[in-house]
Amino acid sequence: MKFITIDKKEWDKGIEKSKKSYDLFGPVKDKNGFFIKKLENNTLPQMEYHDSVMSAKSVLFPQTEKILETTLDETQVDHHIMKRAKTDYSPRAVVGIRPYDAKAMQILNLNFDTDEYKDPYWCDAYAATTFIGLGINKPGPCDFSTSTGTGPFNEDGLDVLLADLDDKYLAKVLTDKGESYLSSCGFVDTADDKESQVLFDILRKEAEKNIVSNIDTDKLKDKTILELHEAPFWDDIAFSCINCGTCTYVCPTCWCFDIQDETKRKTSTRIRNWDTCMAPLFTSHASGHNPRDAKTQRVRQRFMHKLKYFLDKYDKGIMCVGCGRCVKFCPVNIDIREVCNKMNSYEVAK
Amino acid sequence: MKNPYIPYPVRIDDIEIATEDKSLKTFKFVFLNKEDEQKFSYQAGQFAEISIPGVGEIPIGIASSPVEKGFIKFTVFRTGVVTSHLHNMKVGDILGVRGPLGNWYPWDKLENKNVVIIGGGFAFTTLRSSIIYMLDPANRDKFKNIDVVYGARSPGMLLYREELFEWEKRDDINMHITVDGTDDKTWKYHTGFVPTIVEENAPKADEDTYAIICGPPIMIKFTQPSLVKLGYKEHQIIMSLENRMKCGIGMCGRCNIGKELVCKDGPVFTLEQLNMTPKEY
Repeated sequence: MKFITIDKKEWDKGIEKSKKSYDLFGPVKDKNGFFIKKLENNTLPQMEYHDSVMSAKSVLFPQTEKILETTLDETQVDHHIMKRAKTDYSPRAVVGIRPYDAKAMQILNLNFDTDEYKDPYWCDAYAATTFIGLGINKPGPCDFSTSTGTGPFNEDGLDVLLADLDDKYLAKVLTDKGESYLSSCGFVDTADDKESQVLFDILRKEAEKNIVSNIDTDKLKDKTILELHEAPFWDDIAFSCINCGTCTYVCPTCWCFDIQDETKRKTSTRIRNWDTCMAPLFTSHASGHNPRDAKTQRVRQRFMHKLKYFLDKYDKGIMCVGCGRCVKFCPVNIDIREVCNKMNSYEVAK
Repeated sequence: MKNPYIPYPVRIDDIEIATEDKSLKTFKFVFLNKEDEQKFSYQAGQFAEISIPGVGEIPIGIASSPVEKGFIKFTVFRTGVVTSHLHNMKVGDILGVRGPLGNWYPWDKLENKNVVIIGGGFAFTTLRSSIIYMLDPANRDKFKNIDVVYGARSPGMLLYREELFEWEKRDDINMHITVDGTDDKTWKYHTGFVPTIVEENAPKADEDTYAIICGPPIMIKFTQPSLVKLGYKEHQIIMSLENRMKCGIGMCGRCNIGKELVCKDGPVFTLEQLNMTPKEY
């Protein structure tokens, strides 16, 4: 494995240089906190951030995205024939993405890139993107990523992992994509492999010590879907929920979307928007019948999807990376860690 | 990479009012590009997204049969934004069709079996597709006895009436047509609800008999006990579900029942499979 040292004095210049070959995204602060945004000219990623309010998923899966378009003008030969909307898929890089957000991209990829169908918007964006991760030296109190198969220095889904060493970054190059990005910045100063890896291991261990909460997921697999679905605790869990959907929007692994048509003059555009399973309309039939009419059913759907359906379907762990955003931003303090532990320890009365 | 969101362009070739209250119409579409018809190769029981630019998409069961060539047919109940718009469209208009989507009735498993088809109201579209498929001279020998129980509120609410009465006259299919009630003195078929007609007329189950049910939830609910009385086991009862859908390809996340997605893992499930999932349909 190759390691590169980046002097922080060189950082800004290098990042600015890489904009010639990449569309850059990174943490930027606004009045509501840090967000992963496109870095326009003269904007640099604010690497001192702790975590972003929203995850990085919008870089690949925008909150609203044009997918198809056509003309309704019947004098045109191709009227009412839908074609793919044009989107720029030139190389992009997310600088400073947190390891749990990169892990979440792999989870989203399972949904959008399947043997049977490939979502071309996701797949093209995923292929175009290089992920430059930033290890988390001091994880916050809501971070439980080590018990969800990732962690503050996890490398899954990343092309480069950076460690912040005060006056410099130490970059672990994980893929060719990552190497290309670093060379586009002019960062080529290699560091000793062994020493660097030792340093990474120390940082990882120190960081993991800061993680104070965890979840148990070991027994979820053995219970049946129906056992957990019929468990008696769902009304209690859902009691305070106001179905605002915040948990689903801030979640880096929530992928559900809606498709809507919009027409301006004679141009019709098919758009996909993030959707939320917390909304009654999400499942409401045209007839008025709604299979998830009650709040409890919707809250249960969210947790069952993340912690049981996904686990059973893919056998690749749970659909949660432990970033803690839903815990932090829930207006009524519903905590996925408590729900998960309740589900994991639930025993059916025989 | 094939873009699964792009519909095949089709032209409305014919529109037929399907029921006396005019709430259902049957649309016949032809593909604008001949080669798209090949790509849209489907099985009885599958559905498609009818895609109207500027309005939206709706998942609808395919009412034409794989053995019918040169067109596809959908019978649509006017109920929401897209279906209302479709009902107001005219012959010659251009729209899109995306599919075929979902699984189908298990035709491999049904070979050399007796098949009992049970339908109610306007949930008879993919069942029509199935009957036409099974009665096709190339396929009829693959199946043993075929029974059909189909009911609607009144004679005028039965879909595909002419075909039903044609099938009635044949000796290779046993039709049990029923209506909830009628004051038509010349009505020569059954009167009564589907569950009762099933109990009185459908064949008793043996290992080689399978039932396919499609209908409103209330009919399904009351037909199940009738089938149990006749000896049908959970794996011999095949059902087709519907749920709100958007993508139709298993990605948008709303149509799930437990870990199964109705759009991709379904819409066809056996009662045995459904009994292992939450009943969120």
